[in-house]
Amino acid sequence: MNEVVVTGIGAVTPLGVGAAKLHERWAAGVCGIVDGEGRCDEFEPSDHFSVKEARRADRFTQFVLVASREALADAGWDGELPYPAEDVGAIIGTGIGGIGTIETNDRTLIEHGPKRVSPLAVPLMMGNAGAAAVSMRHGLKGPSYGVVSACAAGTHAIGSAMRSIQVGEATAVIAGGTEAAMTPLSRAAFVAVEALSGSGISRPFDVRRDGFVMGEGAAALVLENGQAARARGARILAVLRGYGATSDAFHITAPPASGEGAARAIKRALADAGVAPQQLVYVNAHGTSTPEGDAAETRAIKTSLGEHAQTVPISSTKSAIGHLLGAAGAVEAVATILALRARVIPPTLGLEQPDPELDLDFVPKVSRELDVGDVPLIAISNSFGFGGHNAVLCLEAT
Amino acid sequence: MAEPPSSEQIEQVITESLVTFGADPDAISRDAELVELDVDSLDLAELSQIIEEQFGVELSAVDVADIKTVGDAIDLVAERAK
Repeated sequence: MNEVVVTGIGAVTPLGVGAAKLHERWAAGVCGIVDGEGRCDEFEPSDHFSVKEARRADRFTQFVLVASREALADAGWDGELPYPAEDVGAIIGTGIGGIGTIETNDRTLIEHGPKRVSPLAVPLMMGNAGAAAVSMRHGLKGPSYGVVSACAAGTHAIGSAMRSIQVGEATAVIAGGTEAAMTPLSRAAFVAVEALSGSGISRPFDVRRDGFVMGEGAAALVLENGQAARARGARILAVLRGYGATSDAFHITAPPASGEGAARAIKRALADAGVAPQQLVYVNAHGTSTPEGDAAETRAIKTSLGEHAQTVPISSTKSAIGHLLGAAGAVEAVATILALRARVIPPTLGLEQPDPELDLDFVPKVSRELDVGDVPLIAISNSFGFGGHNAVLCLEAT
Repeated sequence: MAEPPSSEQIEQVITESLVTFGADPDAISRDAELVELDVDSLDLAELSQIIEEQFGVELSAVDVADIKTVGDAIDLVAERAK
C-alpha cells in the first residue's frame, strides 16, 4: 500500500486564522473561549471572499475554504496542481453542515411561506457543501465527498482520504473537517441533550468538568502519496502511519463506561501503523470535558496503551478552543503535527483539580517541552462521536 | 397592483438584485450579458422570486432560460406585467 504524507496544513479556529496561531497561542496558554463559546472572532469573510463567493457558502463552508487555501499554499501548490486534477480529491467532514442556513430558511418558510425559501438553501445547507466548494475552488476532479460522523467526522475524513491514497484511488486529497453550528437551534439542542457545560468552562479531566463548550472552525490537510510527494521535492510535515475506526454499538449519545470501542480504535490505529504503545510520545485526547466522555476515554487509553498510559503526556485541544464537533478531529490532527514538530506539548487548560479517578499525565495548565531525544516523534489523535463512532489517527512528524 | 410597473421601476429592482448577487455595479447596463456579470441559474431562480414578490409576475425556468442580457430581463418582466 502507498505511504501517505502530510505536506500542508491550514486552520481557522477560535485562536485565530492560521495553523501556526493555533499551536503558538495554545502552547502559550491562551484560551480562545469567550463567554462560554469558542467563536472564530478573527475570521472576517470579506477578507477572503467576494460578495458572490461569500453568499454562496454557509459559514461552515467558508471556514474550510480558508483553511484549504492555507494548506495548499503551505504544500507549495501555488495555484497549480502538481498532479493530474483527476487524481486529486477533497474529503471534508462535518457534524451538522449548514445549520445556520437551515434556520434562516426555516424562519422564512414560517413567516413568508414556501415560495420565499431561497434557491441557495440546498447548496448552502448540504453537509457535502464543504467538499464540493474545495473541489470547485481548486479544480480537484478526483473523489470528493462529505463525511458525517458527529464529533469524529474530521478524523474519519482524514482516515478515508488516507485509505484512498493508500490504494491508489487518488494521488493527493485535501482532507479536513469544518463546523459552524453556534446557532440558536443547535445551542438549545445540545443543552437539551445535556451535553453542554453549564459553567461555560472547558476543563477536560478536571473533577469539576460539566460538559463541553461549543466551538467553531475548520482545518484542512494536504495528504499526498509519499512517493509522489518526495519525487516532487515536497517538504513533508508528517507521515500518516495508521488509522483505526470502530463503533460502540451501545447508545446514541453515551459511550460505554469501559471505553471499549475507543480502546479498540486506538489499538487498531497502532496495529495499522505497526507502532507499539511505548513508541508514542504524545496523545492528543478527544477530551471534551464531559463527565462520562473523559472517564471513558481515560479507561480506553489505559486499556489500549497498558503501562505506557501512565507516562505518556496527554492533552486536550478542546481546553483551548472548545469542541469544534465535526471539525475537531482535523483541527486536532493539525495541532498534533505542530506540537510534535515544535517539540512542545500544549497543555490541558483549566485542569486545576484533577479527578482522582482520571490519574494520567494530562499536562495541566502549562505546556511542556517534549524532551524525548532522538526517537521518532509518533502520536495518536483520538476522536469519538455521538452515535458511538470512534476514530483514531497515528501520526509521525518528520 | 393597479398600474403595471414602469420600465424604470423594473430596471431598478433588477439592478439592485444583481448587485446583491455580487455583480459589479459599474458593469451593469441594459446591454450587459448576464454571463459576463457572473449571473448563473441560481441567481436567476432568486431573481424570479424577487420579481414575483415585487411585481406579481411569475417567471418559469423556461422563461428565464432565454434571457441573455439585463435588457432582456427588463423587457420580459415589463411584457408580462402588462
